[in-house]
Amino acid sequence: MEPSHILPLLLGLAWLLPLASFTLIVLWGPRMGRGGRYAGYVATGAIALACLLSLTALGDWLVYHPVASAADAGEHGPAMLHSAPAAETVAPVSGDWYLLARFGSLRLSIGYYIDALTVAMFVMVTFIATCIHVYSYGYMHEELHEVTDPLARTADGQPVKRRGRFHRFYQFLSLFCFSMLGLVVAGNILMVFLFWELVGICSYFLIGFYIERRSASNAANKAFIVNRVGDFGMIVGLMAVWTGMGTFSFGDVKNEAGLVTQAGIFSQVRPVLHDHALAAPTVPDGMVKQAARGQIAEIVREAPSDAACTAQIAAKLPAWRTLGYGYWLLVIAGLGIFCGCVGKSAQFPLHVWLPDAMEGPTPVSALIHAATMVAAGVYLVGRFYPVFAPEVLLVIAYTGCITLFIAATIAITATDIKRVLAYSTVSQLGYMMLSLGAGGWVAGLFHLFTHAFFKALLFLGSGSVIHATGTNEMPRMGGLWKKMPWTAATMLVGCLAISGAGIPLVVGLSGYYSKDRMISQLQLLRIANPVHGWLFYVAAAGAAITTFYMFRLWYLTFVGEPRDTHVYEHAHESPKVMYVPLVVLAVMAAVSGGSLGKFSLPNLLEQARPVPAANDIGGGLLWPSLVIKAEHLSEDPEIEVPVTFITFALASAGFVLATMFYGVKSSDPEEARRQFSRIHQFLYHKWWFDELYQLAFVRPVMFVSRLTADLDRKGIDGLADSLARWTTAVSSADDWIDRIFVDGLVNGIARWSYGIGLWLRNLQTGNLRQYVMFIVVGTVALFVLVSLYWNFAFASP
Amino acid sequence: MELLSIPVGVAHYLVVGAVLFVCGVICMATKRNGLGVLMGIELVLNGANLNFVAFASPMLRAEGGNALGLDGQIIALFVIVLAAAEAAVALAIAMNYYNNFVTIDVDRADELKG
Repeated sequence: MEPSHILPLLLGLAWLLPLASFTLIVLWGPRMGRGGRYAGYVATGAIALACLLSLTALGDWLVYHPVASAADAGEHGPAMLHSAPAAETVAPVSGDWYLLARFGSLRLSIGYYIDALTVAMFVMVTFIATCIHVYSYGYMHEELHEVTDPLARTADGQPVKRRGRFHRFYQFLSLFCFSMLGLVVAGNILMVFLFWELVGICSYFLIGFYIERRSASNAANKAFIVNRVGDFGMIVGLMAVWTGMGTFSFGDVKNEAGLVTQAGIFSQVRPVLHDHALAAPTVPDGMVKQAARGQIAEIVREAPSDAACTAQIAAKLPAWRTLGYGYWLLVIAGLGIFCGCVGKSAQFPLHVWLPDAMEGPTPVSALIHAATMVAAGVYLVGRFYPVFAPEVLLVIAYTGCITLFIAATIAITATDIKRVLAYSTVSQLGYMMLSLGAGGWVAGLFHLFTHAFFKALLFLGSGSVIHATGTNEMPRMGGLWKKMPWTAATMLVGCLAISGAGIPLVVGLSGYYSKDRMISQLQLLRIANPVHGWLFYVAAAGAAITTFYMFRLWYLTFVGEPRDTHVYEHAHESPKVMYVPLVVLAVMAAVSGGSLGKFSLPNLLEQARPVPAANDIGGGLLWPSLVIKAEHLSEDPEIEVPVTFITFALASAGFVLATMFYGVKSSDPEEARRQFSRIHQFLYHKWWFDELYQLAFVRPVMFVSRLTADLDRKGIDGLADSLARWTTAVSSADDWIDRIFVDGLVNGIARWSYGIGLWLRNLQTGNLRQYVMFIVVGTVALFVLVSLYWNFAFASP
Repeated sequence: MELLSIPVGVAHYLVVGAVLFVCGVICMATKRNGLGVLMGIELVLNGANLNFVAFASPMLRAEGGNALGLDGQIIALFVIVLAAAEAAVALAIAMNYYNNFVTIDVDRADELKG
């Protein structure tokens, strides 16, 4: 069937299956078997089915858009490379599933934007999620029963006892998968933002899974708050997009006849007129008009009629655009969206949350905080690529570069096995951003995929080690190779993959391909703009550091003498349900970079390449000389071959150094630590970032809030209290008046009438004859009175 | 002594009525026997009746009226009926009173004393 019909159906189903699983577990989770164990089956079944649907979608895509032409291009000589973009870009399938509301030109809809990148992301996310769902069944086993958590203490110092949360774990995993897939399939930037937040809240729930531990709840809060900082920027970006373009939709909105009724974001910035491709993005009309408000007001004031007014504005638009009107608004839109990506992808300076997020269960760290969610920022940068002006790309590149260096250096000294991996993740995300910013669109996203596989593998491996030893600290491990061969072997594959191991120019693990592509692109950038050369040097040095800290981790964990015999004796290989996913992921980590016939990941991604990324990017207003070279030029052997050898040499150096220190122990790491104690301290304390933020943000906020709390307690509470006291006094006075005067009057009248009544009852003698006498005497008296006064009253007129 | 010299008229009737009324009142006020009191009441009522009949005399009526001129007599008849009814009730009370106190001396009854 036509992809435009079947793809939205397949991917929509794959997207909604985890939601169904989430709903089921929310409603009946605790009743699904003993300890909620069937919740695991439900969630795993849903995600496995989603994975199958995604694979079907990929198959369908490949049938209709074979990647043949892309694969050919790579083999040809430089003459061909310089002439045209390597592969034909395939038009995306975009549309709306459901229109929520429309306000004027603004359409809020649940839509889809499906291209090769979307399909590939679906396959990657669902595949890794399936592996992790299976793995979690073993890892989270103890949550099936009542749990005694030694790391969380109650007020009297006892370990916290609580019910198992097995079903809750799977519930959030399902919600996460739903949100992540929604983010990937989203057809407009607003929907991306909504799922972006949903993903964030899942991350919050799962980091705080062991909520009784103070460190876990703090880490969850930290992750959430730091992400809010990024999201603030993202909202600014969204506002800029909306005011400037009047739409949130990525693709064009078409009516039933297939005619464009409203241009999407991408075709506004890269108009059809120029075949969608220009060195710098075109500033949309709306943004130009925003910037030229003054001139427009003048025209409106002087124009004789509305029609003339519109015509004059339209005539002046190109001139204004050349003058750079509205360009800054476009830059702000780009920077704002990127700001959100900085928060989610843990880029400098918002990288601090990710290492702390390791408080969550390890499968979560693997799925969310390494393989998929943190890659969402990278994905969005890739997706939003046409909108980014050259200046924004440069900012992205430098942010990535700084992040990659800082995180890599911190990873060298970390002793917590998961933290090493966390910093390694931050560093690799920095690589991706750097590559995207330097024009290496396919390279950056390719690394996203390969990284997802080997980082999920490494995290699951570390989870297996933690499961076996019961500790995160590498100094207490060592020599575990004999105890857990499967874990050790698969983690070795992961380490080799992340280091980019391979035989230069022949074959290698997945990291070899993706990392070489990225660094080649940086080399290309260095040649074109020597000013930005150190982006290349840092990235190349990063390759050496990456290898060093990864093998340090591996050696410390698996090789050498056991440093803690108790831990060593306790250790055992994990159950099959845990190491089978490891093997599967190890295979993927090894081969996902390679090609099968003409099919390979980069060639598939090539189909989704935004048109501008296929050409040179430049012509920004701020740095007109900046030229970001087209990516296909970096496949030129003149660039690629030396880069391959340089990175291979540097990675080997890192490996040799790690082996010297931790493998064969020919040098003593303690010695090095003493020699460079200053630097060691600096790195060990993570460049003092946490302390800096504590000083710069947390303390002032705490100070101000304590101040306002004091004001509240003393000023406002005092006022309210005195008001209350005053009211009490007034009412007691009022009460006194009421009691004495008002009650006195009423009681007096009552007492008086009672007295009269008592007196009058004496008349009621009960004696009949006396009554007759009264009547007679009364009658006579009446007559006497009437006869006496008759004259006065009536007689004399 | 004008009354004795003039022909019998309304005034004479009124005198007789007044005498009857006063006799009745005195009888009511002095008799301790309950039946005596009832008789006094009968005298008072009949004194009043006499007054009604006397005032109904055509001599006190304005000329030229086309009324039947029997108002006083009819009210007197009503009073007689009323007196009969009253006597029936009062005699029943007297019977009950006797049942309770074995006497009809009204001075013995002061249960309604305030």
